[in-house]
Amino acid sequence: MRRAIIGIILLLALSLLTFVLFFSSGVDVTRFACGKNCTPEKRATTEKALGYDKPTVVQWTDFLQGVVVGRDYPDDPELQRESPEIVTHCPAPCFGFSQVNAKTVNSLIAEAAPVSISLAMVAVFLWVLFGVLFGLIAAVRKGTWIDRGIVGATLVVYAFPTFFIGIFLLKYVAIKWQLLPFPQYVTIADGGVGEWFVNLLLPATTLALFYLAGYVRITRAFVLESLSEDYIRTATAKGLAPRKVLFKHALRAALTPLVTMIGLDLASLLGGAIITETVFSYHGLGALALRANVSYDLPVLIGLLLLAGAFVILANIVVDVLYAYIDPRVRLD
Amino acid sequence: MTTPFLSVRDLKVHFPTPDGIVKATDGLSFTLEKGKTIGIVGESGSGKSVSSSAILGLHRHTNAIVSGEILLDGVDLLKISDEDMRRKRGADVAMIFQDPLSAMHPYYTVGSQIAEAYRVHHDVSRKKAKARAVEMLDRVGIPQPDHRVDDYPHQFSGGMRQRAMIAMALINNPSLLIADEPTTALDVTVQAQILDLLQDLQRDFDAAVIMITHDLGVIAEMADDVLVMYAGRAVEYGAGKEILTHPEMPYTWGLLSSVPDVAGDTSAKLIPIPGNPPSLLTPPPGCAFNPRCTHKDKVPGDLCTTVLPDLVPGVRSETHLKRCHLANPDAIYEQEILPEILPELVEER
Repeated sequence: MRRAIIGIILLLALSLLTFVLFFSSGVDVTRFACGKNCTPEKRATTEKALGYDKPTVVQWTDFLQGVVVGRDYPDDPELQRESPEIVTHCPAPCFGFSQVNAKTVNSLIAEAAPVSISLAMVAVFLWVLFGVLFGLIAAVRKGTWIDRGIVGATLVVYAFPTFFIGIFLLKYVAIKWQLLPFPQYVTIADGGVGEWFVNLLLPATTLALFYLAGYVRITRAFVLESLSEDYIRTATAKGLAPRKVLFKHALRAALTPLVTMIGLDLASLLGGAIITETVFSYHGLGALALRANVSYDLPVLIGLLLLAGAFVILANIVVDVLYAYIDPRVRLD
Repeated sequence: MTTPFLSVRDLKVHFPTPDGIVKATDGLSFTLEKGKTIGIVGESGSGKSVSSSAILGLHRHTNAIVSGEILLDGVDLLKISDEDMRRKRGADVAMIFQDPLSAMHPYYTVGSQIAEAYRVHHDVSRKKAKARAVEMLDRVGIPQPDHRVDDYPHQFSGGMRQRAMIAMALINNPSLLIADEPTTALDVTVQAQILDLLQDLQRDFDAAVIMITHDLGVIAEMADDVLVMYAGRAVEYGAGKEILTHPEMPYTWGLLSSVPDVAGDTSAKLIPIPGNPPSLLTPPPGCAFNPRCTHKDKVPGDLCTTVLPDLVPGVRSETHLKRCHLANPDAIYEQEILPEILPELVEER
């Protein structure tokens, strides 16, 4: 409960900071929203419609009000009377209205989120599975060429930029060798789980390869550390088979750091994998954020930042709760 | 003469390192009968734990070279397959470790860890194994065992943890129990309880016990035979009482002199052994103890620094073996050592 309150305060601060930073950037943001053929009159209307004429703090409180009770766009009563046909109602929790896209931020995020969530899920699945597997193998074969090969190869892959790996996979695996279909996002409802998964495989692999090295190393390090613990010797002395000692006793101790890393990486990933989504032209949250950035689309930026922030805070809470399940010493009794 | 229950012959455990071979155990031999206890004494790094780990087959082939012969009930443990050795671990040979907190997995309940030891060697249900764990916890004197079985190691006190470790080790009725400094990490008051418990259980289970310790008090209480180790070798070996009352090796004298005598005369001096244990990588030539030995001037010539003495019967009996060049150790002990560590005893005489 205390953590939830702290989380909300953090989100409030995050949103205020975004407003302040946005307006202190020195860029004429109204000019961007106004469009190419901007007359002084049109500009004034746009400024009023977006509320950019009000002080930053007022805009922020208006935004908060929208989140709590909903809001109409444009919310200037004069403009609403002049042209009632353009008025859009945005029900609570309203995260704003994007002039650039002529849609509410909620609907933009609702469109993009499934893509990013799918991508993140498949990517996490891939990197955790292979990261832990390779990490275990490297730990068991410590000091051999297998160990060095695994650690070295994952580091090399890590060193390559994401767009390089993405384009490489796209060009060779999908186009030249045609091992996988050219990836385009298919919802589970449209194509079933198989189709959905196959199409996500390349972008998810691109993402996963970046994270893989970290998981290999952390698994290797923690499994090695726990293998040298006294309780591993006890387990062996009981007559347990080596495999059981490794999986039941050694890997168990490496679970805490792994869960921490997965939680935090997953949270940051849900904010959008900008480069990967761009390379594969997936219209996820990352691509949305990139477009919003380029067009100075404040409402979308705020919405995405709050979403990403909320994910990080939530992930931290979930990880903390999971600790208690993993480590009995953390349990309060 | 019948073959002994456990017979270790010329056991060597060598660790190859980039700097050379570390001879942690270098030619250790001893025998042990069922229901008897042998105490292995020595400083840290003298090869006590390494030797006993070898009996349990805990050394990895990749980093240790184990040679010699370990005959347990006629079977050479160094010749059987890894899988056969695994089957013996925990079932025929069990071990109790020094620090029960780190020797137990922090994430599993005490009961599940004890039950696990049972299930490895018995094809029974979880429930049955747990019932057996409760039974063993009761046996080692844990109050309310049916409740405590679900506790985690950190919820146990130090003494209770060691009791639980003993329960874990004895759950399969092993015929050989290795106790590696089982009381070192415990409070003095708890130490005595644990030793009593071990003795009781040993009687009931008729197990052979290898008691590894650096505490001569433990040896005096528990051991039938004593083997004193120094730098990977036995330096004195014989019946417990004999070794403790008539030691013939200066290193054993040193160990005895460094034991505080609480009940006795406070004027008795505590005499630490000077210097440090030798490097096992490049042990000193001759007798490994010679750089720290204060009696080597009583040996003619430079025998101590050039020739490694054999482990041979001493002056008192055929079964009391010692590795020392001194010709009359018994006399030196009576005249020089005893008056310093037990002055009142000498006065009585």
